[in-house]
Amino acid sequence: MEYLKKYPKLFQWLFLLIVFFALCFAIDVPETYKFIRGQAEFVKDPNQSVYFFLGKEVRYYAFDVFWRLPPLLGWLPIWINDSLFFLMNEWMPMEFWNEDTQEFKTRPILLQISRNLTAFMTFLIELIREILLGGLETIVAFTSWDFIDAYPWLELPGLPWTIVAAGAAILSYKLSGKGLALFAGLTMIYISIFGQWKPSMQTLSFILVAAPLSFIFGLGLGIAAYKSKRVEKALYPILLVMQTMPQYAVLVPALVLFGVGDHAAVIITMVVAVPPMILLTILGLRAIPPEVIEAGRMSGCTNWQLMLKVLIPTARRDILIGVNQVIMVCFSMAVISAFIGAKGLGFNLLLALNQLNIGLALEAGLCISLIAILLDKMSLAWANKQTDYFGNLTFFQRNKNVIFFAASFVIGIILAYIGTFIFKGSFNYLFEIPHNKGISTADFWNKGVDWIFDTFFVYIKAFNTWLIQDVLQPMRALYLRMPAVATLVLAVGAGYLIGGIRSALVVAALTLFIALSPWWDRALVTLYMATFGVVISCLIGFTVGTLCFQNKKSAAFMLGVCDIFQTFPSFVYLIPVMMLFGITDTSVLIAVIVYATIPATRYTIEGLRSVPVGLHEAATMSGVNKFQRLTKIEFPLAFPHMMLGLNQTIVFALFMVIIGAFIGTEDLGQYILKALSDKNGAGIGLTLGICVAFIGLIFDNLIRTWVGKRKKHLGID
Amino acid sequence: MSETVIKCESVYKIFGENAKKMLEESNGNVDAKTFQKRGCIVGVNNASFEVAKGEMLVVMGLSGSGKSTLLRCISRLTDATGGKIFIEGQDLLELNNKELIELRRNKMGMVFQSFALLPHKTVVENIAFPLQIKGTNTEESISRAMEMVKLVGLDGRENYFPRELSGGQQQRVGIARSLAVEPDIWFLDEPFSALDPLIRKEMQDEFLRLQEKLQKTIMFITHDFDEALKLADRIAIMKDGIIEQLDTPANIVLNPATEYVRKFTEEVPREKVLIIEDVMDASSKDDLGDLKVSKDEIIENVAEKILTQEKLVGVVDSNNNIVGSIKPSKIIDTVFGGRKNGS
Repeated sequence: MEYLKKYPKLFQWLFLLIVFFALCFAIDVPETYKFIRGQAEFVKDPNQSVYFFLGKEVRYYAFDVFWRLPPLLGWLPIWINDSLFFLMNEWMPMEFWNEDTQEFKTRPILLQISRNLTAFMTFLIELIREILLGGLETIVAFTSWDFIDAYPWLELPGLPWTIVAAGAAILSYKLSGKGLALFAGLTMIYISIFGQWKPSMQTLSFILVAAPLSFIFGLGLGIAAYKSKRVEKALYPILLVMQTMPQYAVLVPALVLFGVGDHAAVIITMVVAVPPMILLTILGLRAIPPEVIEAGRMSGCTNWQLMLKVLIPTARRDILIGVNQVIMVCFSMAVISAFIGAKGLGFNLLLALNQLNIGLALEAGLCISLIAILLDKMSLAWANKQTDYFGNLTFFQRNKNVIFFAASFVIGIILAYIGTFIFKGSFNYLFEIPHNKGISTADFWNKGVDWIFDTFFVYIKAFNTWLIQDVLQPMRALYLRMPAVATLVLAVGAGYLIGGIRSALVVAALTLFIALSPWWDRALVTLYMATFGVVISCLIGFTVGTLCFQNKKSAAFMLGVCDIFQTFPSFVYLIPVMMLFGITDTSVLIAVIVYATIPATRYTIEGLRSVPVGLHEAATMSGVNKFQRLTKIEFPLAFPHMMLGLNQTIVFALFMVIIGAFIGTEDLGQYILKALSDKNGAGIGLTLGICVAFIGLIFDNLIRTWVGKRKKHLGID
Repeated sequence: MSETVIKCESVYKIFGENAKKMLEESNGNVDAKTFQKRGCIVGVNNASFEVAKGEMLVVMGLSGSGKSTLLRCISRLTDATGGKIFIEGQDLLELNNKELIELRRNKMGMVFQSFALLPHKTVVENIAFPLQIKGTNTEESISRAMEMVKLVGLDGRENYFPRELSGGQQQRVGIARSLAVEPDIWFLDEPFSALDPLIRKEMQDEFLRLQEKLQKTIMFITHDFDEALKLADRIAIMKDGIIEQLDTPANIVLNPATEYVRKFTEEVPREKVLIIEDVMDASSKDDLGDLKVSKDEIIENVAEKILTQEKLVGVVDSNNNIVGSIKPSKIIDTVFGGRKNGS
């Protein structure tokens, strides 16, 4: 009894667990139950039950309601599909002037908007692409094909790679200094020599359109939300869902709305990249001290000046993190959107992975990662740049960067011209090194992989078998063994114990949505993989973080490593694991662990760092040793922040689990991937995406609520 | 009396949803408690006063007394709920946005407690900021800002970022920024409160030096009574949004209007605050001794001399005309007398 009074929460939790397990044991597995008898596969089977809703037929396998809930939301994907189709093809037809046929044509308004948007995006991408690589689409856009036929020399020639490399280096020098310039130059030379120039420039042109547009939209909407509570309230739920929505899932509706190609990829990248930018903009603007705003107003700022010269620069730190996120997402999407026909490195990477050509995949992945790091550092340097008002500079000093660029432009052209003589009849290596005509290390890597396989095959296989048979399979079986009702009780109970009625209701709604969708079993498999990944990631991340924290230098170093790893597009993580473990669940899980360890480590270090110095001193004066200080002072205080890290870890893990579907898993991701090639896939893809997002949101809600309470309790924020 | 620059007539600031309606209903009789019951908080309650050109009015009060709110009403960073505010005869509350911006760009400068510097700009850029906002070109604004850097003694640090400066230096930047457009009216919101005592004293002296040179019309907010006495031409003491007393430092020390004000004055060393003129007898100018003292002398500085005299001491003005006299015993009276019984 005494214990009960002392730790009431503990006993509440125990009680909840007892109820959960009691339910698990009380409800038997129905004999007819078999996993993968997917209710979503829409195969007709006499054993299926049927119901009609909104005129849609939903077929499913009926079980005891305690075991699995009937898919009462099974109509949702079909309905979404039909609605999309209706909006695109029938809703609000209007007369539009058609340039080509010179007549009015009736088209649904949404289709017209989509076509115009598409044309605009295509133009932007083509413009940049043709400056870098040459081509004639841009000129055609302003004139016509006939015009080009009459003047065939009008084609944009494209810049020789030497000029682009020199330009990147000079720009980096101007923004930051020698270090970055060197990095930029070497990156460009590497890309060119290794024959990745064309796909790299295609990817770059995609990013140079997607990233600035995402930044502008994100900033604009963030400002709008900051200014108006109503906008914020309208945006907030979308932002929340988008934060945890897997990037795959948004591809499918994009296919329907915008078709296939780079333009669709840009639009969908914006959909994914804008939400974090909005959130960080709001966060940054909110954190501005009111006196700074007043100082701006007292200096006589108009609203515009206040926003541009006071608010945004003051919120710069968070906005920069937003830019960083945008770039990260853009590169990540540059690969993923290869699924819907975006050209460039991502496409090559996917192709190589598909052919299990690890060497080629590695090369493409390295190029993407290098460009990602370069752009990330450049944007950072750009934001931190200052002006020197006092340097009494000569004309040459002031304009030296322009002069150097002009010089390298001329030299580059001369070199390219000389190249036409040197490489007569073959490729002009001084102009552009064609794809697969550069040096390739692919063979080397492939041989390496073969060697690893030959040498360590026994061990790898043994490990693999052990992991799958003794750990993963039983764990998966356990997850699937949970009756729906027991899971619901556990989730809602946890919600109630952590955040009271409100949290319980939110969690209940989110869980019910998944339980009532046709993919509950799949969600359980997703959850099991994510859980496994998160547990291991947290163990590693918290340990590494704590160890690195013991020394200032190693902590800074580790944060730097995290920064770089975070810049890698998520798909790149699949390359090395496939190299070692082939196409198995182990590969996916290891990729998940590597990817999800980043936030776990980062937040551990940051959390421990944020413990006030005064407390360290107080602890030292109380005579604690290092270990006691860690366990009694630093961990308890850093714990809330570390829990936020856990939250991020879960989101990262879910992302990777879903991407892992590419390798072949049996979770929600597999269906999302399937939906991509299904003409009625949009509804399914979207609903699946929402399911994954909701899994993330359940944990998000619980963790955030807990952290909020805990922080209040500890009096930190 | 010289020309009035700031004039407030029954200014109210009430926070809350129905503030305006409730104020109208109350007919100017605002009682904080009844308002609070109905969800409104009274920030400023019926403030009326004038500030003359070149005068320094110090508004003193403890936290939550509404002093900062009053200042923000006058700078129109918040809109007053009721009453009228005139800046150089212009009705402040009638100004539209454009006119207000124009007023701030040319007539007003403000210094903040937490310095409120722009973190992304260097010292000189911060100071030049109001000028650049006005549209002054870069070269001119920077050279003007450099003058201000020299004025506040930050030469050599013009390219530092705020985060690289100490609190005192940051506030110097804040002061320089507020003076960059050469405003006539200078608002200071607890400018020295966040500083160490020694730095604070140094900054106060510096501030007085500046004011001597610039002769701005000043509203200065502080919670430090000693600071108020040291700097002010007149002091307004606020409590719960109400101005309890508005008078010269000497009068506040000698004749506190309310019990609340008296509590502040109790611990004040009068010999450091009062000048001879405050305590002299202007009616008797005969039968004086040899010693003459100036009427503007602070008591502390001449007390020793006066106390060694037996006869009346003559008081002279700056033209050496006798304007009154003072009994040596009056000094003792002033410094030690009447403290505990509150006369």
